[in-house]
Amino acid sequence: MSALIQLAGISKKYGAATALHPTDLSFERGQTTVLIGPSGCGKSTILRLIIRLLEPDTGRIELEGATMSPQNIDDLRRRIGYVIQDGGLFPHLTARANVLLMARHLRKPENEMAARLDELCALTRFPLDGLDRYPAELSGGQRQRVSLMRALALSPELLLLDEPLGALDPLVRAALQKDLKQIFERLKQTAILVTHDLAEAAYLGERIVLMNEGRVVQEGAIADLQERPANAFVTEFITAQRSLAFA
Amino acid sequence: MKAICAALLCSFAAAHGAEPIVIASKKFTESYVLAEIAQRALVSTGAQTNHRQGMGGTIILWEALRTGQIGLYPDYTGTIGQEILKTPGAMTMEAMRRELAIAGVGISDELGFNNTYTLVMRRETAAAAQIRKISDLRAHPNLRYGLTHEFTIRRDGWRPLAARYGLPAQEINGIDHGLGYEALRVGSIDVKDAYSTDAKISENDLVALEDDLVFFPQYKAVFLYRLSLPPEAIAVLQKIAGTLDESRMIQLNAEAERTKNYSRAADMYFRTGDDSTARHESESLTSKLLRWTTRHLQLAGISLLLAVLVGVPLGIVASRRGPVGQAILAFSSVVQTIPSLALLALLVPVPFFGISARTAIAALFLYGLLPIVRNTATGLQDIAPPIRESAIALGLTRATQLRQIYLPMASRTILAGIKTSAVINIGTATLAALIGAGGLGEPIISGLNLNDHATILQGAIPAAVLALLVQWSFDLFDRLLIPKGLRL
Repeated sequence: MSALIQLAGISKKYGAATALHPTDLSFERGQTTVLIGPSGCGKSTILRLIIRLLEPDTGRIELEGATMSPQNIDDLRRRIGYVIQDGGLFPHLTARANVLLMARHLRKPENEMAARLDELCALTRFPLDGLDRYPAELSGGQRQRVSLMRALALSPELLLLDEPLGALDPLVRAALQKDLKQIFERLKQTAILVTHDLAEAAYLGERIVLMNEGRVVQEGAIADLQERPANAFVTEFITAQRSLAFA
Repeated sequence: MKAICAALLCSFAAAHGAEPIVIASKKFTESYVLAEIAQRALVSTGAQTNHRQGMGGTIILWEALRTGQIGLYPDYTGTIGQEILKTPGAMTMEAMRRELAIAGVGISDELGFNNTYTLVMRRETAAAAQIRKISDLRAHPNLRYGLTHEFTIRRDGWRPLAARYGLPAQEINGIDHGLGYEALRVGSIDVKDAYSTDAKISENDLVALEDDLVFFPQYKAVFLYRLSLPPEAIAVLQKIAGTLDESRMIQLNAEAERTKNYSRAADMYFRTGDDSTARHESESLTSKLLRWTTRHLQLAGISLLLAVLVGVPLGIVASRRGPVGQAILAFSSVVQTIPSLALLALLVPVPFFGISARTAIAALFLYGLLPIVRNTATGLQDIAPPIRESAIALGLTRATQLRQIYLPMASRTILAGIKTSAVINIGTATLAALIGAGGLGEPIISGLNLNDHATILQGAIPAAVLALLVQWSFDLFDRLLIPKGLRL
């Protein structure tokens, strides 16, 4: 199986603090990978390096064999969807305008855009009459659905989600987790999701990458981490979350 | 938009390039009156004339005359020697004439009276403290002085005077000449500088202190004019020489202040003197208000338009922080601290500007820049990082990010800055009158000199109304220009 995206020796420092030590990672087509770990472990940094909100200090990133660089980044960004915790929706644009912003920028035909919008609403279970509302008029869960539609609008090869459900209350969160799983399966979407919630990771992730202090500690299925922890940190991380969840 | 600017600039240029002889005056009663008299005299020769009244001080008038932007204005021999030719000690008329000719400027013979500087006090205060002469002030260090700004910095002004008389260090307040009389009358100051022919001295029962050490030079009134004026114009000015003695001038000044009308004083001069001049028809208040307001709006509007066209792009650059942004913000802040009169004095000798609406517009443009630059920069900097990152992550180009995301989001702050500039410009546009560029400052400045509240209000009320209208129309703009999603 060929990797869609490959990170080779990628690293990042903020001043003297190392956010990410040189790291190799590759992500298979159609697979959902969850990056998990405590705050500051470098998991969000990886997403930000991929979408090039950060320039890596060392190493390179290849999308389908093409090395990402400042020259081709805008084209490559259009092949990647990115969803962040509070949605990052533009407050001056309606839900519709937020979703179609890039399609309009690329001058896609109107009927094509309308059809795509219907598909996306059905996929994310977003009500059609909400499309003309502004972000301030939507609930937190609805905003994340719009954000997801915007990320999926151009049918990206890769979807990056940075704690997309982090700010939602538990019931809305559970509903969205279920919907996300269905969407990933239906679209056979290659996705990288960042979370610090082990249950969410176990539910959504076919592959889990556990990180700590800027390094990958262990990767594999959730069962691997539970049954064959690579070191004491893995055990501690899993036990801590489980005791919190089931105490 | 460019076409409008070009058309307006052309119309100013055309107005400037026209034929009439431009007469100017300083912003005090006597100067207005003498300029009116000169205008009547010139009109009698059939010349086209134009009186730019109440301009802001010797330096501006001299620069305008030297560079040929005005044809003549009244001045005083002491001022010419001390301030223009910078010659210490007394100068003969011949020496003055020679020196001025180098700049292409002629000087008429003395008009008759000597309007010297003097210090004045309320009669009862002076009597109680037994002050008759300037040297008597030495014994009274507690007196409150209110002096005109020009007097505090002149070579024949306060500091050399205090040094010569050995006056103790005092607390000096700078105050406008007309307002100073009012301050003296109500007792908020005790001593002020005055011109010896001021009508206010006898009207308010003030005493002029004797210059017992003969510090002040002679200030004989004369006309300064371009040597290139037509010979008949120069001849008619020369005819005024010797016709105005001190008591006559005081009488004319009093008439102007009593009737709140400078041309009445000129009427009075010609009634008993030369009767041949044409009657000067006076303009109706409505037409004057219309003329002032239109000019005021032109000045404030064009300068605001330029400030927006330049300020928003500068604000965008400044929002990126870094040394260039810092430099832009520093520059627009520093401009704001330059006093308006100083800024005008700097611009008047510059060839393209001079005594014209262009200079006022340039000054207003510079003053209007800071709120727009700063608000644009702040509005853009205040956009939350997740929004910026979303715009970048979508793959929008930088220009599109700015046009479709950042500028609309910052529109409220940017518009607030433009609104501030607009209101500031409406207020500050009154300074245009200091260089004879018209606007509502004209009645305000002449009213200040006459201490005439009605005239001041003729300028102040329309200016306040304009400011309110601007405020309201911008509230309307807010509704049109700020995206609905930001107003929820």
